[in-house]
Amino acid sequence: MNQGETVIDIKNLGFSYPYGKKVFEGLNFSLKRGEMVGLTGANGAGKTTLFHLIMGLLKPDAGEIEIFGKARREEKDFMEVRRRVGLVFQDSDDQLFCPTVEEDIAFGPLNLGKSQEEAETIVRETCERLGLEGFERKVTHRLSGGEKRLVALATVAAMNPECFLLDEPVAGLDEATTDRFLRYLKEYGETYVIITHDHEFLKNAVDKVYMLKDSKIISL
Amino acid sequence: MHLEEFAEGSSFLHGLDPRVKFVTFVPYVFTIALMHATNGPLTGLLISTLMIIFAGIGFRKLFSRLVIINTFVFVLWVFLPFSSPGQPVFSIFSLTATREGILYALSITLKANAIFLATIAILGTSGVTSLAHALVHLKIPDKLVHLFFFFYRYISVLHEEYRSLKNAMAIRSFRPGTNIHTYRTYGYLVGMLVVRSYERSQRIYKAMLCRGSNGKFHIMSHFRLKKGDLLFGLSMFVITFMIWFIDRYSLS
Repeated sequence: MNQGETVIDIKNLGFSYPYGKKVFEGLNFSLKRGEMVGLTGANGAGKTTLFHLIMGLLKPDAGEIEIFGKARREEKDFMEVRRRVGLVFQDSDDQLFCPTVEEDIAFGPLNLGKSQEEAETIVRETCERLGLEGFERKVTHRLSGGEKRLVALATVAAMNPECFLLDEPVAGLDEATTDRFLRYLKEYGETYVIITHDHEFLKNAVDKVYMLKDSKIISL
Repeated sequence: MHLEEFAEGSSFLHGLDPRVKFVTFVPYVFTIALMHATNGPLTGLLISTLMIIFAGIGFRKLFSRLVIINTFVFVLWVFLPFSSPGQPVFSIFSLTATREGILYALSITLKANAIFLATIAILGTSGVTSLAHALVHLKIPDKLVHLFFFFYRYISVLHEEYRSLKNAMAIRSFRPGTNIHTYRTYGYLVGMLVVRSYERSQRIYKAMLCRGSNGKFHIMSHFRLKKGDLLFGLSMFVITFMIWFIDRYSLS
């Protein structure tokens, strides 16, 4: 996989929610390997929806979604996407559902077919990288908001994705935790898209900022 | 919301292997529940109380829960003595209480309390997480363990949402009364909770899909049996048998 290769290529995308709200019409978006991009836009502009379409959690009404050079249409096309692209959800309580931190982090790798020992190594490494040593046996839902967010990132990072999609990753986090988040991304995230309204964070985290407005993605 | 109030502690019972707990708890409870006379349940109640004392659980924390259980039991005392045929003891108006009826109600009271106290002392002293793990190890179907665990994992999230909705009502000066406005508002509250939990379940499912879920419950930690576990298991089986014996042979 080379620098500059297209990771995500979306053409003419159309999408409406079943209850009738039209979100996209003729949307185009592309992301190349090595790009670090911020995505802003008004509430309800469809930022989260776009992420869910990329992961195949929602199905478009029209248009083409091409990821890693292959058109993705059906559920099984997206299985590979989910292995290689990591989506971090807005609400960590949605993401953390296993009893303990280590099980939650190991969940993805085990699903990818890693052995128990390999999974344990991955858990240890991921925790180290995020400064979460000693958290392995903690119970996920008793963590603080900031800890939950870092563990949620860890659960996705453990799958070693080639591209991260981060949905409001630092909203409501204090400076120190935001910093840890940023440092991890800078060091281990090669390609990522971040949805955020935090301009200070964007300045440090990304090279390019796009704005999603009326079904168009505008470069800022 | 605090669901594991009794799980904090360092007694012998707290440290037991949860697998052993399940394996001994189930026969113990069923033996008590299926008894006929009052001697067996009484022995069970004594044993359960002893376990509560061993677990170091304070009576004050138990009290409110005992009240709830015994409120239901009280209802039985109103009906059972007068509706069972047998030897009359006394009568109020045209209703006659029988010896059999009273013994029956007494037996149920003893059973309910014995089982309740045993549940707190044996299962309550382990965290829900380790109980879920124990169930997986005991080869309970994944689906049931998931259901049990998710229920626990998200009931506190749901309670949190309920509280925030209630606060949202409170800061706008909502005061419940006996009127349509109150009923409608509570209707909205419940409706909102249903909608929100449905949507959350969808999001959790999506998050699981994103990490390649295939419906399996992976576990990392494994339990190791200690001497104390075996000792406890063995004594519980002996006790259970004793209770059964006492009940069986005091009947005639």
